[in-house]
Amino acid sequence: MSTYSESRAVALPQSAEEGAAFAGRRLSFPASFLVNGTAVLASIAWVGFGLSCLWWADLADWPRTHPLAVAAFVIAGGILAATLGANWLGRFGPALQQRAPWLLALGLFLTLWEVATAKFAWLPLPFFPPPQAIIEVYTDDLPKLLDSVFASIKLQLGGYAIGAAVGFLTGVSIGWSRNVGYWVHPVLRFIGPLPATAWLPFAFFTFPSSWSASTFLIALATGFPVTVLTWSGVASVNNAYYDVARTLGAKPSFLVLKVAIPAALPHVFVGLFMGLGASFAVLVVAEMIGVKAGLGWYLQWAQGWAAYSNMYAALIVMSLLCSGAITLLFRTRDRLLVWQKGVVKW
Amino acid sequence: MVALAVADPITFPAVGASLDVEHISHAFDIDGNVLPVLDDVNFNVKPGEFIALLGPSGCGKSTLLRLVAGLEPPRSGVLLEDGEPVTGPFPSRVVVFQDPTLFPWRNVWDNVALGLEAQGILKSQLHRVDAAIDLVGLTGFRKAYPHQLSGGMAQRVALARALVNDPRILILDEPLGKLDSLTRITMQAELVALWQRKGFTTLLVTHDVEEALFLANRVIVFSDRPARITADIAVDRPYPRHRGDPRLAELRRNILGLLGLDATW
Repeated sequence: MSTYSESRAVALPQSAEEGAAFAGRRLSFPASFLVNGTAVLASIAWVGFGLSCLWWADLADWPRTHPLAVAAFVIAGGILAATLGANWLGRFGPALQQRAPWLLALGLFLTLWEVATAKFAWLPLPFFPPPQAIIEVYTDDLPKLLDSVFASIKLQLGGYAIGAAVGFLTGVSIGWSRNVGYWVHPVLRFIGPLPATAWLPFAFFTFPSSWSASTFLIALATGFPVTVLTWSGVASVNNAYYDVARTLGAKPSFLVLKVAIPAALPHVFVGLFMGLGASFAVLVVAEMIGVKAGLGWYLQWAQGWAAYSNMYAALIVMSLLCSGAITLLFRTRDRLLVWQKGVVKW
Repeated sequence: MVALAVADPITFPAVGASLDVEHISHAFDIDGNVLPVLDDVNFNVKPGEFIALLGPSGCGKSTLLRLVAGLEPPRSGVLLEDGEPVTGPFPSRVVVFQDPTLFPWRNVWDNVALGLEAQGILKSQLHRVDAAIDLVGLTGFRKAYPHQLSGGMAQRVALARALVNDPRILILDEPLGKLDSLTRITMQAELVALWQRKGFTTLLVTHDVEEALFLANRVIVFSDRPARITADIAVDRPYPRHRGDPRLAELRRNILGLLGLDATW
């Protein structure tokens, strides 16, 4: 919850420098060097990465080696400048200091990766491309990659929205009405646990297009967890809430919309989260098998042509997208459920 | 009524209703066994009276309150509010439960507004919500969420949520039962003040003999389950009352005797 983390940020000094400022004394030069030591080391590591690109000759022809080295030097310089100028950077300074260990680790990792692939091929070459090969994919194959990203987002959004909406409505209906529950519950128990991918062969010849078939499969994968968790959320609402609302003059529609649904929302978000995970899996499989677009298809295509750097590039983009989607969901939840204590931070 | 409320938003124009409890019997089915809880309970409450219902734990007092609130129909007998039979819940009879049961997803203001919103009259009556929050002394906490409130504050919000509807009968189901003793003493005095100011009829279930005697005009004592009335005692002392009043101490001894606890004296 944002308010809590903010109050924590106020209460605790974020770095040793702030801590010293709290104690009310200025840091002398060597002391400030110690405090910023990690950031300086990170800068050195990035310089090392740049040098490792230039020092030895590449084992194959990668045109992006030099630009990559320059970029590494620029980043190293940036880290150093930001560290020395932290006092003039406002909130950015402490934020950088907090991330300095990660920057250091990243610099070391990239150096090792560079040396192990492009320079000495300790890792077998076509299967483990160097960083510059992946950069090359982003610069040279960008249009195709972007098309794939948009296709994936479109398919995912449509299927997920339909599945979430249908699952939510079904869940509320089962939780609220005994009659609906009587008819829907057995169907749900029979069909729900089936992995959505098991419907693939059926979906691809019953639906008019592979796109609608995939939308259906993604909706199915999303809908099941959303339904079950919405249902359990509505069913577990404290009866006293209904008593209170009824004595205050609430009609049944008020009890559903203003009591049952808000009370069930924490459960609904767990369902939406689980549905999101399940739908990613279906999306990739559907794109690999049926739809001739999207990141799943790009992965398949890259593997078919033994274009391993394209595969890694697509994997990185896919991971950013999935993580971004989950972040968005959690942000929405934090906003809607500010009233909850101690929700999990993503 | 509305005109009055606008003229003086602090004073609610509520006037207590009479309540007739006539031959009420009730029972629960538990695993096929019939468990009688109320056995031919009979009493009348005059408009504006403060009645305390005392009895052993689990004797069925709270069930009686649920019947008065209209949350359940009785197995037999009639409940009359101002001569009209009670057929279901209605905002003229509002319950404050032992747990505040505030809606955790609503802040204090929205919780208090609940009744007016449910009745569809909130838009024209916003001032009543503010007035009710001021009345229970939570003016600075309108935007607070229930998890940020102490037990006593939460129970005050529950009280405001009830009072904003101008109830004619206020039904209190051990509302102070879970509070610490200092908060309880403060809120007992506040309850008396509110009741005297508003004039609503009050029905209070409590386990606390002292609380019953401090607050009520009449104390009705129930037997063990199935509950029957064993005594109907008028507390003939003026308000504000003093806890050390020898007359109250005498009544307390009598009532504890009726509950079979005279050995403690």
